[in-house]
Amino acid sequence: MLTPALPPQGATVRARRWRRLRRAVALPLAALALSGCTVPSFGASPGATSSSKSVYHLWQGFSIGAAVIGALVVALILYAVLRYRRKGDRIPAQSQYHLPLEVLYTVVPILIVFGLFAATLVVENKEVSNPKTNVVVDVNAFQWGWKFTYPGTNALVYGQTTQNPEMVIPVNTNVRINLSSSDVIHGFYVKAFNFSRYALPGVLNQFTIRAQNTGTYFGQCTQLCGLYHSLMWFRVKVVSQSDYASWIATFNNPTAEAAAKAASKTTSQQTASLVPSKPSSTKFGR
Amino acid sequence: MTDVLNPPVHIESPDHGHDEHHGPTGILKWITTTDHKIIGLSYTVTAVIMLVIGGAFAEIIRAQLASPNGNLVSLAQYNELFTMHGSVMIYLFAGPFAFGALANIIVPIQIGAPDMAFPRLNALSYWLYLTGAITMLSGFFVSGGAANFGWVAYAPLSNSINTPGAGADLWIGGLLLTGFSAIFTGVNLCATIFYLRAPGMTMFRMPIFTWNMLVTAILILLAFPVLTAGLVMLYCDRHFGTHIFSVAGGGVPVLWQHLFWFWGHPEVYILALPFFGMVTEIIAVFSRKPVFGYKGMIFATLSIAALSLGVWAHHMFTTGVVLLPFFSIMSLLIAVPTGIKMFNWIGTMWRGQVWFSTAMLMALGFLFTFLIGGLTGIYLASPPLDFFTHDTYFVVAHFHSVVMALVLAGMAGLYYWGPKITGYLLNEAIGKWQFWTLFIGSQVFTFPLYILGLEGMPRRVAVYAHDAQWKALNDLSTLGAVIIGVSTILFVVNVVVSWKKYPAGDNPWDGHTLEWFTTSPPPHHNFYRLPQIRSERPTWDYNHPGHQALHHGQHDEPSQPAPEAPVS
Ligand code: HEM
Ligand SMILES: [Cu+2]
Repeated sequence: MLTPALPPQGATVRARRWRRLRRAVALPLAALALSGCTVPSFGASPGATSSSKSVYHLWQGFSIGAAVIGALVVALILYAVLRYRRKGDRIPAQSQYHLPLEVLYTVVPILIVFGLFAATLVVENKEVSNPKTNVVVDVNAFQWGWKFTYPGTNALVYGQTTQNPEMVIPVNTNVRINLSSSDVIHGFYVKAFNFSRYALPGVLNQFTIRAQNTGTYFGQCTQLCGLYHSLMWFRVKVVSQSDYASWIATFNNPTAEAAAKAASKTTSQQTASLVPSKPSSTKFGR
Repeated sequence: MTDVLNPPVHIESPDHGHDEHHGPTGILKWITTTDHKIIGLSYTVTAVIMLVIGGAFAEIIRAQLASPNGNLVSLAQYNELFTMHGSVMIYLFAGPFAFGALANIIVPIQIGAPDMAFPRLNALSYWLYLTGAITMLSGFFVSGGAANFGWVAYAPLSNSINTPGAGADLWIGGLLLTGFSAIFTGVNLCATIFYLRAPGMTMFRMPIFTWNMLVTAILILLAFPVLTAGLVMLYCDRHFGTHIFSVAGGGVPVLWQHLFWFWGHPEVYILALPFFGMVTEIIAVFSRKPVFGYKGMIFATLSIAALSLGVWAHHMFTTGVVLLPFFSIMSLLIAVPTGIKMFNWIGTMWRGQVWFSTAMLMALGFLFTFLIGGLTGIYLASPPLDFFTHDTYFVVAHFHSVVMALVLAGMAGLYYWGPKITGYLLNEAIGKWQFWTLFIGSQVFTFPLYILGLEGMPRRVAVYAHDAQWKALNDLSTLGAVIIGVSTILFVVNVVVSWKKYPAGDNPWDGHTLEWFTTSPPPHHNFYRLPQIRSERPTWDYNHPGHQALHHGQHDEPSQPAPEAPVS
């Protein structure tokens, strides 16, 4: 603790000190507010879906907290080791407890933690909610590739390793993904979505994405799945809604129909045999 | 009343100690010994060799990743390499080094005991560990190679169809053996700490290191049997057709993850708490002050242990089949007691006399590196942020900040306690070079990995041909790994250069705890005499009468309680 050289002389000194403190706190905050959206990215990016943007903001929030706490702790450590480095053989005062301080550094972190948790819940509930939609993609992962089928249509995309099968989805539409695996565990990860989910054998994992920008995004399996794990690539192509409709229509011919029927039969059989009951879904998360 | 000026209590005089020279000598002595110090030394040497082996695998991994299409090793070999790197480091280095090596050597001496409670069980632990280590590593010499399903062996990748080789069975067998070794050590540590404390050593006069080892031992007893059971199930699935983890037979693959992480998360603290304990002792001694908030720190350790049993599914957020909010808040809460420890460490140095010995520098390096690992861990406790970073290099960076902090702490422990057990100090100048290379290397190695993770580089990939622009950051990380390698070589050089050169004396650092009261190395049953134990710092109290720890509110130099007037 820094003890002032002179004892504070009544209310005026205290008021002055308070003003100075207030200015010290207010200035950086004002600067932050003025700079508007220029909160640093802390290495992340907003991504292409509505959830990915919320995740990005959550990331920024956590990062500001981490930066402030980290800077405080580093400053304290550096101050302690430099200011109190050994200067002689004098034995310092052997103080060991300071209860108010100990309470402070217990209670403040608890409050911070609950703040972080609250922010987490908001984003999480948004991310795991599954609003009604009529665009559904069945995504099936296997060693070592991906199969995308669109229930109710003939569309089918299939590809292994670096063939980069392309999942086509419409922009600004809720798209339900039904994720499953035919063998080991795989990870469905698209960097631009700031999101990943396991493809588990025996489980149908459902989630919803709402892409906000058209474009082609790279995706990759992220859960170790054997020899060609490094090369289990795919793409997500976000197109306008009319382009999506015409893309689906290109499959309206007898060969595509036959292929889709065969593919969807195996998929639905698999799903039926692998999932004992309907996929569970609780309010907060699954 | 406190009276540290009393003459020390003689409990055993030199000429009456049962000396070892009755028993065998040389290699036979080493094989048959039940002396905790020799067993501890065997553990230390074995664990450091494992660190070097695991480190060598890491260097090969980093060399492979130095180019996007690296072909130093094949895809199959790469899977073996990171699996065995992680397995060797976690199962064969970090754990055994903490609760096999240093706990074995230090805990009995710190509590004034002649040995561990069950010396033969202790010897068995070591031999199980050595056998397990050899078993696991021998996978490299069988056809099909070593285990290649990652150190977590997720089902169904680890079943006999996807991983048919004997390397996987050797991995399971080796892990079972080291698992039993850990369980026996846990039993031994609990019994030793509960029953063999010297007179006057109450629970709240135990040094923090011993406290942390007690909590670690309890966690071992709660967690390791679950791993053992899981491994037996996995083996049965592989060979006896039990289908516990296979969908086709009505089993549940995710059950393996629950069993594994129910052990795996407490394991994180089983690895970390001993190193926290080492750092606590070292910071106090090299600040010449008692541990700040000693009791608060013990409660922090206990609450970390309790919480650690309820957070396992934060490794499974992206499975979609766990209750996210529960595991999220439990995980976030662990930050609180961890933060308490950080402030305890700073408070210990505050207004002290901080002496930058190599051990202290390593401990300070731990503080910084662990701070980074701890802060990035908080992100991962938030499911949306975990969805974003799971299985990318961000996670690899996070836990390497933590484990490199533990390596720094372990080195601090070797520089600090090594002289007690060998009788000789290590060279401080080389030690400082080792510190700076290890510390800077760790940051250069991990920092690019955080960015790579955020840019989407998945872990466990041998090539990143699609994103060749990641090469620059990968090269930087590889450079860091090379610098870490240099620090390891410096350590070996230091051991060779300092071999029997700088006698340590009994108490080179003006230590606080009982191990600094006896000779270096300690005699067969550790003590010829003991001081009175009236606080957690008996040696300090003995050497510095009049400088006991102050209570809250006492700020000046201690005012000695007036000697009681003799009744006349
Ligand atoms: C010389 C220092 C080290 C270097 C350069 C290093 C490097 C690496 C790299 C690059 C990976 C990622 C491999 C991949 O995902 O493709 C990795 C994984 C891992 N490392 Fe290290 N590491 C070091 C020290 C340690 C230590 C000290 C520990 C533990 C005490 C450790 C435990 C692990 C574990 C558990 C994995 C995960 C393995 C898996 O994915 O199955 N590492 N290491
Ligand atoms: Cu995969």
